[in-house]
Amino acid sequence: MIVAEQKPLDAVIDLLSGHRKVLAVGCGTCVAVCFAGGKKEVGMLASALRMARGLDDQPLEVDETTVQRQCEAEYIESLAEKIGAYDAVVSLGCGVGVQFLAERFPETRVVPALDTKFMGGPTEAGVWEERCQGCGSCMLGSTGGVCPISRCAKQLMNGPCGGSKDGHCEIDPGIPCAWQLIWERMDKLGRLEELMEIQAPKDWSTSRDGGLRRVVRDDLRLPKADED
Amino acid sequence: MAMQQPIEGGAREGALKSGSNLEKLLAAGHFAVTGELEPPKSHDAEIVRKRVEIVAGCLDAANITDNQTAIVRMSSIAGGILLTQCGLEPVIQMTCRDRNRLAMQSDLLGAAAHGIRNVLCLSGDHQSFGNHPGAKNVHDIDSMQLIRMVREMRDESRFQCGEEIPGGGPRFFIGAAANPFADPAELRPYRLAKKVAAGADFVQTQLVYDLDHFRRYMARVVDMGLHEKVSILAGVGPLKSTGMARYMRDKVPGMMVPDVFVDRMAHAVEGIDKDDKAARQEAWRAEGIQICIELVQELKQIEGVAGVHIMAIGWETAVRPIVEGAGLMPRPKVDA
Repeated sequence: MIVAEQKPLDAVIDLLSGHRKVLAVGCGTCVAVCFAGGKKEVGMLASALRMARGLDDQPLEVDETTVQRQCEAEYIESLAEKIGAYDAVVSLGCGVGVQFLAERFPETRVVPALDTKFMGGPTEAGVWEERCQGCGSCMLGSTGGVCPISRCAKQLMNGPCGGSKDGHCEIDPGIPCAWQLIWERMDKLGRLEELMEIQAPKDWSTSRDGGLRRVVRDDLRLPKADED
Repeated sequence: MAMQQPIEGGAREGALKSGSNLEKLLAAGHFAVTGELEPPKSHDAEIVRKRVEIVAGCLDAANITDNQTAIVRMSSIAGGILLTQCGLEPVIQMTCRDRNRLAMQSDLLGAAAHGIRNVLCLSGDHQSFGNHPGAKNVHDIDSMQLIRMVREMRDESRFQCGEEIPGGGPRFFIGAAANPFADPAELRPYRLAKKVAAGADFVQTQLVYDLDHFRRYMARVVDMGLHEKVSILAGVGPLKSTGMARYMRDKVPGMMVPDVFVDRMAHAVEGIDKDDKAARQEAWRAEGIQICIELVQELKQIEGVAGVHIMAIGWETAVRPIVEGAGLMPRPKVDA
């Protein structure tokens, strides 16, 4: 899932400075599951904003709504009727959701209430950890299912570096060394000798470095919409 | 290793890959002594020249660090050029943290154009340790891939992309780092083997204090025959104080400092008034240098150790007494 975290309240208040009536839009998918931007968090943020602005004698009207997914046009279309009544939208979606709202409603200011963190999942109650950077060419098949791109601070492809100690990364003893994990896993799988192969330099053109990425599936495209 | 081409200018050098002083000494079977000079946090060339003067005649080549511990300093290549001008052979360092493959190759061409012939290929300390913790790190390629890239530039005259380098590639003696003390311990000789396969000609290790651990590592390395394919220079460095010894023992990831050395540093200042800082420092420094000399003498006896790499960062004056005390002076000369 995409893991996000709410911005500090002051930061959201700053973003909404000058606005009088806003719509807080939650998202019912990833950010709801990680307790950052679902219906409940929308309610809490809206109350906090009302209170804070009220105390400052700058009352703010905040209406609340939550869509199933901010990153799909069909789900945000339901906002079209009412959006004109607000002078801004505060999105509790991830960065994708914020942008899809802004693209769909170009006349309305859309500001983020969340900081989008990473693709990952919960490792224990209240803890989420990164697992994928979307590099566009997955190498998990050769690293025992442990990703060195997202989990090694130096993105080593032929690791570990000299700072791996007691299974921890040198930059933070709370972070496991990805290459220790890879080594242990490949050992269990009986495939340690594969780690002796030198991984060639990665082709980063499939990653962020290649510019805006798109996935095009011709089998799913609608020919008519495509041609205009 | 594959595809060695004779260097222009003489059949005598035909077997050499780079023709650097360090390579020639090692090829002739001499026990090599390299050291490390820290470039200044300024553009003052005089600081570099003064540091060279301090170690003159003691080192076969000196590493010039590349933004070590992620703190901005004069560039390694620029420092290396200054060393060349002063008559001390540089080993430039190149980390994967600050440059992508384009910048690395272009810097390597530039370094070679200035007569630099040794390069140490490193991942680089993480930027969170340095003075720009908010910096973006690059890590386009890793140290293993860098070693291979430099080798292919040299031996196959190819850029990383496969294109031919007009007129032939730069001829570097290729160095790598090895940390026998990091985890997982059983992997460490294999990691060295991988660096050798990638093209490392010489290796400089992390500081050695735990000789027993290092001997076990080297025994495995010798078993694997790696010492015949790569020249291994064991890292040494003088301890400065009891506090430093303790800190390195307890706090530095990938370091092993046996208690005996911490105790010896503590004993060194026993009976000296705590307020007499100058006397304490002198006693500590003398003991630190003495321990280092003993380590060098022990390391010299270990099969597969081809030399030592003295890391006395910020304490260049320690280099001469260490090299002299270990009986490694004068440094051998090979024909230029």
